[in-house]
Amino acid sequence: MAEVLVVVEAGVKKVTLEMLTIARGMGDVSAVVFGDADTAKLGEYGASKVYVASDPAVRDHLVAPKATVVASLVRQVSPAAVLLASTQEGKEIAGRLAVKLDNGLLTDAVDVAADGTATQVVFAGSGTVRSRVTRGLPIVTVRANSVTPSPSAADPVVTALDVTVSDSDKLATVVERVAEPKGARPELSEASIVVSGGRGVGNAANFTLVEELADLLGGAVGASRAAVDSGFYPHQFQVGQTGKTVSPQLYVALGISGAIQHRAGMQTSKTIVAVNKDPEAPIFELADFGVVGDLFTVVPQAADEIRKR
Amino acid sequence: MNIVVLVKQVPDSGAARTLGADLTVERASAGNVINEMDEYAIEEALKLKEAYGGTVTVLTMGPAHAAESIRKALAMGPDEAVHVTDEALAGSCAVNTSTVLAAALRTVNADLVLCGAESTDGRVQVMPHMLAERLGIAALTGARKLTVDGARLTVERQTDEGYEVVTAPTPAVVSVWDTINEPRYPSFKGIMAAKKKPVRTVSIADLGLTPEEPTSAVLEFSPRPPRSAGTKVVDDGAGGTQLAGYLAAGKFV
Ligand SMILES: Cc1cc2nc3c(=O)[nH]c(=O)nc-3n(C[C@H](O)[C@H](O)[C@H](O)COP(=O)(O)OP(=O)(O)OC[C@H]3O[C@@H](n4cnc5c(N)ncnc54)[C@H](O)[C@@H]3O)c2cc1C
Ligand SMILES: Nc1ncnc2c1ncn2[C@@H]1O[C@H](COP(=O)(O)O)[C@@H](O)[C@H]1O
Repeated sequence: MAEVLVVVEAGVKKVTLEMLTIARGMGDVSAVVFGDADTAKLGEYGASKVYVASDPAVRDHLVAPKATVVASLVRQVSPAAVLLASTQEGKEIAGRLAVKLDNGLLTDAVDVAADGTATQVVFAGSGTVRSRVTRGLPIVTVRANSVTPSPSAADPVVTALDVTVSDSDKLATVVERVAEPKGARPELSEASIVVSGGRGVGNAANFTLVEELADLLGGAVGASRAAVDSGFYPHQFQVGQTGKTVSPQLYVALGISGAIQHRAGMQTSKTIVAVNKDPEAPIFELADFGVVGDLFTVVPQAADEIRKR
Repeated sequence: MNIVVLVKQVPDSGAARTLGADLTVERASAGNVINEMDEYAIEEALKLKEAYGGTVTVLTMGPAHAAESIRKALAMGPDEAVHVTDEALAGSCAVNTSTVLAAALRTVNADLVLCGAESTDGRVQVMPHMLAERLGIAALTGARKLTVDGARLTVERQTDEGYEVVTAPTPAVVSVWDTINEPRYPSFKGIMAAKKKPVRTVSIADLGLTPEEPTSAVLEFSPRPPRSAGTKVVDDGAGGTQLAGYLAAGKFV
């Protein structure tokens, strides 16, 4: 069986385990790792090979060196497919890889069949398509929360990659990385529960109400663009067309009207719950459970009730 | 500093969108607009021109009616435009689009190529890196801040962990996020002036290219079944308790 390359982003994310699970249905799974690798974890989900690229260029320069590494590996092992995460970086590597190999690519897949045909979400969740690459091998980026990761133990062989990175790959240099404290909450785009607040939350201080409910449910916090633009919550938590796309098991919208651009980022959520004082708010059109009421009374009451259970 | 801004015309994301009978994005119908993020790229280009001089050129690949979006873009202030349009480009995939845009970029002399971080129709986020790869220059993507110091560009970009500062020499491609600025509205004077600004229309043959088969194909499209509205309760003092009950029944607590 041919190899299927799974490109791993730093830290082995949930989407990595999902890709390993999908890849097992397509061929022998090989993980490609940049820098340190949690080889044990990759093996646990079925990677029989782990390729490690540790050239410092990969760390110090944006994307281009990673694409060079993957392209050279593709030329070497002729894999059946390459899977990457549908994150900004994953898509960017995929884009460069497609150009280098003169090959098609598919982004935002929620499933990939054994033959490389992918199911993709289009128009911000208002439809899906089945597509395939018609030039070259399937290069597919996979969205988080697409499949349930399932373990399948393997004992991976680790191979160090020795790839020469060209000067033009080193043009974009990272001069500083600043970590901002984000507490213990799960990563927004991968969380299985997301609690979001909108303009109805009123001000930044009130967002603690949103955070409290998120923490009780073990979820991540999100925000509408109106909440972000009003300075209630940082931009990195914005959900929607110009923010993050989330697809959790549960999405709770508090004081959010449900504008089409907000829906764009959350309408593929499995269960949607909304609290809004306007019975006509469009968010109710997609809510599985909606409470017409003031979030400042409904949310604390719900939180108390949850604490009691 | 000579700047090229990539502007794509897209179906209005505020309206229902669909695929046509040929399973490519339906672009003929009314309600096409400038891809929102590209307006931020235009604004950034104009600010740089105001600070450092030079020219701002709009580059669009799209059908004939994309000309409307080009005029709208020019009304904001750019000097001129290049419109790549060709029957053979209908339904073009990202890979082939990048071949065409790269070829068009080679015909202009740009120190900086500015574009949106992503388009609302495809949301593929791949164009800046594809172009950089083809042109052998750097790509700095998702900028929320851009500073120019002679021939050196520095951007600040948000990451999941916080943010990072990345630098590259010109020429380079920089894609911008909607946090970078506040795009201006075209003035009446701007709209009038735009009518007279030069727009060069080019075919792929003019760029020395021949038509290529798309590198990927859609086999089937299924609109998402509308979500059936669920239970809606009006809070009469027990709304929070009912909400907690619903979450408990769904095993979320
Ligand atoms: C090109 C483009 C891109 C966009 N991208 C995004 C995006 O990525 N994400 C996004 O979210 N938006 C986006 N928007 C903006 C979008 O159109 C809406 O303006 C925005 O989503 C509104 O946010 P909101 O629902 O919080 O605010 P509002 O629409 O003002 O709604 C606030 C809601 O809170 C309710 N409310 C008020 N007080 C209370 C209370 N005490 N208790 C309960 N309910 C209360 C109100 O009834 C109302 O329904 C975009 C717009 C455009 C044009
Ligand atoms: N056909 C096109 N014409 C001009 N610019 C484009 C075109 N396609 C993409 N772009 C630019 O590339 C950016 C990213 O697009 P995408 O990779 O399609 O998400 C857009 O915001 C545009 O600035």
